[in-house]
Amino acid sequence: MEHLDYDTLNTLKQVMEDDFALLIDTFVQDSNDRIQTLHNVIKGTEADLIRRAAHSFKGSSSNIGAPHLASLCSALEKKALANNLDGLADDLHAIEQEFVRVEVLLRSLS
Amino acid sequence: MNNVRRLKILVADDTDTDRLILESIVRKEGHNVVSACNGLEAVQVYIAEKPDIVLLDALMPELDGFGAARKIKELAGDELVPIIFLTSLSDTESLVQCLDAGGDDFLSKPYNRIILQAKIKSFNRMRELHSTMLAQHNQIMQYNNRLLQEQTVAKHVFDNVAHSGCLNASNVRYFLSSLAVFNGDVLVAAMRPNGSMMVLLGDFTGHGLPAAIGAMPLASTFYGMVPKGFSMTDILREINGKLKNILPVGIFCCATMMDINFRKKRLKIWNGGLPDCFVYHHKEGNVTSVKSTHLPLGVLSNRAFKDNCEYFELQKEDRIFVWSDGIHEARNAQGEMFGEGRLKEVFSSTSAPDHLFDGIIEAVQQFVGGGEKDDDLSLLEIRMDEPSRVNSFAKEASDRFGNSEIEWTMGFEVKPTSFKVFDPLPMLLNVLMEVPSLRAFSSTLYTILAELYTNALEHGVLKLDSNLKQTSDGFSDYYELREQRINQVTEGFVRINIAHKTNENGGLLKVRIEDSGDGFDYQARTTDNLSTFGYSGRGIALVEKLCGAVTYLGCGNIVEVAFSWVNDD
Repeated sequence: MEHLDYDTLNTLKQVMEDDFALLIDTFVQDSNDRIQTLHNVIKGTEADLIRRAAHSFKGSSSNIGAPHLASLCSALEKKALANNLDGLADDLHAIEQEFVRVEVLLRSLS
Repeated sequence: MNNVRRLKILVADDTDTDRLILESIVRKEGHNVVSACNGLEAVQVYIAEKPDIVLLDALMPELDGFGAARKIKELAGDELVPIIFLTSLSDTESLVQCLDAGGDDFLSKPYNRIILQAKIKSFNRMRELHSTMLAQHNQIMQYNNRLLQEQTVAKHVFDNVAHSGCLNASNVRYFLSSLAVFNGDVLVAAMRPNGSMMVLLGDFTGHGLPAAIGAMPLASTFYGMVPKGFSMTDILREINGKLKNILPVGIFCCATMMDINFRKKRLKIWNGGLPDCFVYHHKEGNVTSVKSTHLPLGVLSNRAFKDNCEYFELQKEDRIFVWSDGIHEARNAQGEMFGEGRLKEVFSSTSAPDHLFDGIIEAVQQFVGGGEKDDDLSLLEIRMDEPSRVNSFAKEASDRFGNSEIEWTMGFEVKPTSFKVFDPLPMLLNVLMEVPSLRAFSSTLYTILAELYTNALEHGVLKLDSNLKQTSDGFSDYYELREQRINQVTEGFVRINIAHKTNENGGLLKVRIEDSGDGFDYQARTTDNLSTFGYSGRGIALVEKLCGAVTYLGCGNIVEVAFSWVNDD
């Protein structure tokens, strides 16, 4: 799956105009907060908290045009929903790695 | 760019990027954006900003989108505030939950600008439609309230003017909707001084206030005239003329009016435009119909108006039934009308006359069925009975009228200083017109009084010779002389004495006029040669014709006539 969906990003560029860089900054900032939150919640055993955190990250990733990142979040959300709490640290690691890639690619656009 | 006016749109999303994107899209569409980062804030911003449309993220901290939606819908009340849920949820259950919480639609992430734009447009249309509908609904409510209020006031006034009079008499039964006046139906009844009862059932064309308006002059005329003893024909004419003058063309009053004399057991009835009334004969057990033979009240000018009535000699326990067309035109579920046939069936199938009244109403209600309640029924039954059993007024009047007559005399003298400026005739005639049964004879009485008074003044007081009037020169001399003498007269009088007496069938009016003049040799007067004679003119011949006889007394300065009349009621 693609790291970035350029159709979506082009539309966003048109919509945001001068604010596109701000949008990318906000996304990076927001995503760092969400990754931190995920780190915190997977230490515990409350599946619903994990599910919600993953769900929100999924939403913002899909909106910014990062489908692969969104699908990794979606997989985590589904696991939590199924109350399957095995190997969450690996999942989060994969999300973090993908986010780093996405951030680099996004920065190159703005 | 688009034809949507500038709206205020609330964007509530806890994800900064999502909110940023949405804000940008909405602003690009030319709308105002207010934002919130969670559900609680969304509610607060809603209260403060009253946005037109709300975009709510489903999952938010503090209060989620579902809770916020419920709260906002509650705050909005009757107003339509479209709520569109923003969600990356895609399972059916979650989407249903959005709508259950009061959401009107949802928008899936990632956002599609075109779809959002279309949704905002369509919801704005719906919102405007709703607010138009709401405004119109409020307006209709307001109009309706005002109408009801006005009707209450109007009904109060109508009830006071068109009160039920003597309908509480023991021989009267009637059925009338409480709002009958707004169906155009009016029922009035009052006792005449002679103890007979006068009743009028009217049915104005149309419905609502226009139909009710005419009831006012009708009732006030009726109640103004009946207790004063005016005859039915006078009252009908008065009402007809009033309605004709007041009401617009096309609004008139079908009516039946009755004068029921309990002492003589007589019914006088006039039907203009109402369905046939029934006279139920107790002994024979059969029915005579009284057809409408006139146009309704308020159609014809009084000149063309016909007031001839029908008369019935009734027996005790005979009954008169009068109705508006509500009974005949009552419809059943199939749209069939009740009609006169079914009405007659009630009469032939009811053995006890006491049950006729209820029988009619039951038959109509059964025919119409439970569905639609028919408020248009107006039904009146009057039973012939002894005056003493009708009401106390009929009893007293009957006692009075059965044994005694109305008798009075009136003396009136015109003094010399007044001859020039004062004409006593209008005043005398006014007094006589207060006697109801004399009203029909106003022109006759005027002729009699005018002729006799003129003679007394001109030949008696002013001593003018009528022979002067035989040539045309003499004619003008006569009036010159009259003018001269009337300006100079300082003594003399004309005394007018009127005696009135009623009897069972009518009455007698005696008029005696005496003047201060020298009189004339009335012994020499012959009936076939009046014009050659002192107090001359065709006038006296005319009076003679009207009164039967003209009698001279004294030295010819006193004249007496008697006018008799027969009442038809």
